[in-house]
Amino acid sequence: MSNDGVNNGRRRFLIATTAVGGGVGAVGVAVPFVKSWAPNEKAKAAGAPAKADISKVEPGAMITVAWRGKPVYIVNRTDESVGFLEGLADSLKDPNNEDKGQQPVYADNVQRSRKPEIAVIEGVCTHLGCAPKFYPEVKPEPFDDNWKGGFFCPCHGSRFDLAGRVFQGSPAAKNLAVPPHSYLDENTLIIGVDEENS
Amino acid sequence: MSKMQDFMAWVDHRLPVTVTFEKHMSKYYAPKNFNFWYFFGVFSMLMLANQILTGVWLTMSYTPTAEGAFASVEYIMRDVELGWLLRYMHSTGASFFFLVVYMHMFRGLMYGSYQKPRELIWIFGMFIYLMLMAEAFMGYVLPWGQMSYWGAQVIISLFGAIPVIGPDLVEWVRGDFLISGITLNRFFALHVIALPLVIVALVILHILALHEVGSNNPDGVDIKKYKDENGAPLDGVPFHPYYTVHDLVGIVVFLFVFCFVLFFFPEGGGYFLEKPNFEEANPLKTPEHIVPVWYVGAYYTILRAITFDIGPINSQLGGVIAMGAAIAILFVLPWLDRSPVKSWRYKGLISRINLVVFAIFFALLTWLGTKPASGLYQILGQIGTVVYFAWFITLPYISKNEKTKPVPERV
Repeated sequence: MSNDGVNNGRRRFLIATTAVGGGVGAVGVAVPFVKSWAPNEKAKAAGAPAKADISKVEPGAMITVAWRGKPVYIVNRTDESVGFLEGLADSLKDPNNEDKGQQPVYADNVQRSRKPEIAVIEGVCTHLGCAPKFYPEVKPEPFDDNWKGGFFCPCHGSRFDLAGRVFQGSPAAKNLAVPPHSYLDENTLIIGVDEENS
Repeated sequence: MSKMQDFMAWVDHRLPVTVTFEKHMSKYYAPKNFNFWYFFGVFSMLMLANQILTGVWLTMSYTPTAEGAFASVEYIMRDVELGWLLRYMHSTGASFFFLVVYMHMFRGLMYGSYQKPRELIWIFGMFIYLMLMAEAFMGYVLPWGQMSYWGAQVIISLFGAIPVIGPDLVEWVRGDFLISGITLNRFFALHVIALPLVIVALVILHILALHEVGSNNPDGVDIKKYKDENGAPLDGVPFHPYYTVHDLVGIVVFLFVFCFVLFFFPEGGGYFLEKPNFEEANPLKTPEHIVPVWYVGAYYTILRAITFDIGPINSQLGGVIAMGAAIAILFVLPWLDRSPVKSWRYKGLISRINLVVFAIFFALLTWLGTKPASGLYQILGQIGTVVYFAWFITLPYISKNEKTKPVPERV
């Protein structure tokens, strides 16, 4: 075949447009493959609000409920524990909830809760997702001689106070998340819903 | 011509069977001075075949759902005829696969097998290694024990450290708001179909690239310099039958060792199959210590070694970057080693000492990865991390400037 009289400009243009057209097609074909990995409808439905009866949670005790399959810790903090929260600020990474994404606006306070004594915290370590363990007692612990009660993550040693705020020197950078929650009545907590009585 | 020759002639006109066999086997000249370390490539191929074969059989009895996975593994272990054997061949096989791959890689480091013109062989090898780690990680999730679940939780959360897109990416990978049956099911698909296809393709590329330039040897001598009148290297022997038969002996010895462990220590003392994995996954309870299987321990230690913020990079992202860098730096090794000689036999004393120190620290990091990160372990992990990177960073200067011994012309 002779290459005489080949219009190189036209040839390059045709190659380029074909490549672009093919590329657009390939991206289009990728859409269903990529999209199918997103949380599906069934998974979203399983993310429905969870109810918890807190009438039987004694001061100092904790219950765990599952919301979206994640553990949510509900702690009835003693007055002594609530009192400690103010004084811990100097040893925390984010004592004043500067990271607004980690709690709803109504929990943007020192206790990080609607009611001062009731803490509602996601039990998912902000480092790499392990479930921190509950160490409520005020006593020296192997990981902290001056322990005032809180959570300790067994995986990589992150420490949090009883409001889920992370201590300095932890691998985790953020405070534990406070999930959206509200009270249906005095003793019924609903996790996953922001507004009261809705 | 005999019937057989007629048949081969018929095939060869339609498919290059004889030519291919000659190119890669009977007329592929390998250096005649291969030593013990040159067995590990073929052992890796053997383990790959073992993993594929036993893996296919395991899928016949395994259920990839959150409800059924754990029970189906027990069903394989107790009810399926010789199911326990197939499962242990696969799980112990995974650890042996990594063991021989690490030996194979160390061979490459000793004899400079990654140096010009074998850079692509090394890079394909590194991709195989990377894909193997992904394959092993996803496979470890399938039994749906406590370590499966929480190991997956930790590893997938690593992506969450990426700024801006991290949290959405994690959710996309999991397909749920947490690790769930959805995650398990897609990992099953990737583990049994997608990644094995990729790994096999990479192995083919690894070997094609090797056969294009020819094998290195313990002396790092280029055997193609001196050829006989037929064009065959004087210091080479045809791969078949010389090395095929030679390798068979090695395979028999290797299988003795493999079977001994397989039948007497299939769980490897908690290192091949970790004890918490005999408890079913529980999303609400984290085991006391989450540690990976031994073969990725080194990178896990490096991940955990960064406990401090570095400027604007917080400790979490810093750990992820360090771990990624630890793997990524291996890829550029061919360009870090500027030594005029390949084999460590002709490199300087410092190079040789450094390589031994590097290997010891890699083993230390690997072991530390299976220990809790606190106290002395933590400090050792940080020292080991520094030594790991220091080896790569100092390599260009040391290899370029040190005095080397002359490499012989012939093997």
